[in-house]
Amino acid sequence: MFKVIKRSELAPTEVEMIIEAPRIATKALAGQFVILRIDEFGERIPLTIVDTNSEKGSIRLIFQVIGKSTAQLARIRAGENIKDLVGPLGKATEIDNYGNVLLVGGGVGIAALFPIIKAMKKAGNHVTTILGAKTAELVLLAKECQTYSDELIIMTDDGSLGTAGIVTDAMEKIFQQQNIVKAWAIGPSKMMKYCTLTAQKYQVPIYVSLNPIMIDGTGMCGGCRVTIADTIKFACVDGPEFLGNEVNWDEFSKRMKQYQKEEVSAFKRYQK
Amino acid sequence: MAKRSYTKTLMREQAAEIRSHNFEEVALGYSLEEGQQEAARCLQCKQAPCITKCPVMIDIPSFIKAIEENEMGQAQKILSRYTNLPAICGRVCPQEKQCELACRLGRSKKFEPVAIGKLERLVADWALEQPFEVNRSSADKGRVAIVGSGPSGLTTAGDLAKLGYDVTIYEALHEPGGVLTYGIPEFRLPKKIVKKEIDRIVGQGVKIETNVVVGKTITMEEIMDNYDACYLSVGAGAPKFQGIEGTSLSGVYSSSEYLTRVNLMHGYQFPTYDTPIKKVKNVVVIGGGNVAMDAARSARRLGAENVSIIYRRSLEELPARVEEYHHSVEEGIDYHWLSNPIEYLGDDQGNLKAVKCIRMELGDPDDSGRRRPVSVPNSEFIIEANTAIEAIGQGANKVLLDTFPKVALNQWGYIDADEETCATSIPGIFAGGDIVTGAATVILAMGAGKIAANQIDHYIQMKKQESEVTR
Repeated sequence: MFKVIKRSELAPTEVEMIIEAPRIATKALAGQFVILRIDEFGERIPLTIVDTNSEKGSIRLIFQVIGKSTAQLARIRAGENIKDLVGPLGKATEIDNYGNVLLVGGGVGIAALFPIIKAMKKAGNHVTTILGAKTAELVLLAKECQTYSDELIIMTDDGSLGTAGIVTDAMEKIFQQQNIVKAWAIGPSKMMKYCTLTAQKYQVPIYVSLNPIMIDGTGMCGGCRVTIADTIKFACVDGPEFLGNEVNWDEFSKRMKQYQKEEVSAFKRYQK
Repeated sequence: MAKRSYTKTLMREQAAEIRSHNFEEVALGYSLEEGQQEAARCLQCKQAPCITKCPVMIDIPSFIKAIEENEMGQAQKILSRYTNLPAICGRVCPQEKQCELACRLGRSKKFEPVAIGKLERLVADWALEQPFEVNRSSADKGRVAIVGSGPSGLTTAGDLAKLGYDVTIYEALHEPGGVLTYGIPEFRLPKKIVKKEIDRIVGQGVKIETNVVVGKTITMEEIMDNYDACYLSVGAGAPKFQGIEGTSLSGVYSSSEYLTRVNLMHGYQFPTYDTPIKKVKNVVVIGGGNVAMDAARSARRLGAENVSIIYRRSLEELPARVEEYHHSVEEGIDYHWLSNPIEYLGDDQGNLKAVKCIRMELGDPDDSGRRRPVSVPNSEFIIEANTAIEAIGQGANKVLLDTFPKVALNQWGYIDADEETCATSIPGIFAGGDIVTGAATVILAMGAGKIAANQIDHYIQMKKQESEVTR
């Protein structure tokens, strides 16, 4: 059992949770994730570790309510428990002092990007961050990202915060102004794909964090397999970070939709 | 005494047409009377050959005699001296290749061997219904960590607890049992039996910590600092894919994923349980081992109308248990012998719609002594399928090994451990089961677990003596 210490709503469908998990809190590094199962009927779902507090022995998760399990998770209050929580899983981001780095986050992907922003800044990089979302209220953690960024650009579809437009517009400008050594992009697969194409244009290596369907998260089933540079990789153990230009995006987005029908029916049934 | 029957006492089973629609156990078990009737067939050999063919050397004639004399408590006591998981072994051991192969009665003309496995199951199931003593020993003999809670780890843990050690098992998944829990389906090995048998081991004082991935959640260095010895029994759980064109199509599974969804996550009870599994009309399974049988029979129970197994050799070479093969045929599983898939064909949505195969013929024997399959030119054919499950074997999972480079591996990437002692290249670290041998059987993993328990006991006691001497 893992106790939820704090629960708050960051936006109408974005929920933040602080969970007691001392072992994970002392081990987790930027880029890693956990798998949790709410109760004995639950499925195992992966969520990125947004932050840790090793003194308090807690980890911070942020998720978007998109289906049955996340809706159920969102209803758990402080003081209640989650049955299973395992991690930290996956390979950590390679943090180093690279010089000028560019970090791009979209939607709930901003939460997954935040630990990398923080670690990159602490490692002495010049950090430029681009955050993108549909509207102002969906730009998560803007203040915290600001704290660890040398430059922060916000893009919203409707212009309700920052500049109206998409993240790749902002990327173009940064690539023209600065000599970016490495870039990271985390968000919806379509966004990551276009971020990759933009970075490629300027010959900047860009890493993306893939979020395929997972079950165990420890390399024993291959449900999360992705094709990277024409070879099969398991995102849970070989990733979740890969070079964007090596990802087979078409295949990745098709595999994401495998259980769409079941997902929709389970969500509808739960909402009744 | 009545004349010995030539054949084994039959065990009642669910009828094929009924059981192929449910996940309940196929074989229903002996009644006490049936068990006694079967026990009476045993010749009670001195220097019984069946014992030597059992990887954990159970005193088979003695426990059978106890059944015959209606001394079930005594029978249980005998079994528990040798095995911590009798209800499981009685069900899933390939007895036809082990104890029952050596049975002297079975070697006589016209006679079938004694149904040793079914008798073991009878005693074990009876025992699981009896109250048991919870033994929380003072455990001052030493501390031992076990990585992985499959049959090998559970066996070592049970034996060490009996010897008075403080034992902690670390398990990565949310339930203990390893392949007993996520791999072997309910209809062959009911999960409540697995749970009861594990509860007994916990009752002896063993602690099981689930949701701990050693190498990630805790490191091997931490284990080595906090324990007197460690047993690595993490199994061979990483699936292999053939890597043919179309492997990434939706509907292509590894058997590990398919069976984990079905067994561990209760996918067949979706939406009561949250994990979905595709229910489709046409399913093909690639491979010829027990895992292939389990996957095919599970697919059938999920409602597939056409389930076929594609195997590149012939029936003669099939590695699966004969009993399971027969069960699968009774349940309407089709076989494509001497066939091999060469491509998965999909629709424009990325969903599997058919499997392209090629015919094979058997050539010269390979290193394993089996005739090597070779493809026949221009013999391609197509099988319609919405789900394809690859059951072609597993390899070592690298999560632990990547973070623990100090332990020596062999050329196949498994841990290099002495088969006689389970010792690895690092003093105090032992290893056994599939992570040493590659994917093998439950009972072999248990056999290694027994050796490891003895060797760990020996190692810790020697170390204590040494430190007393130097003091």
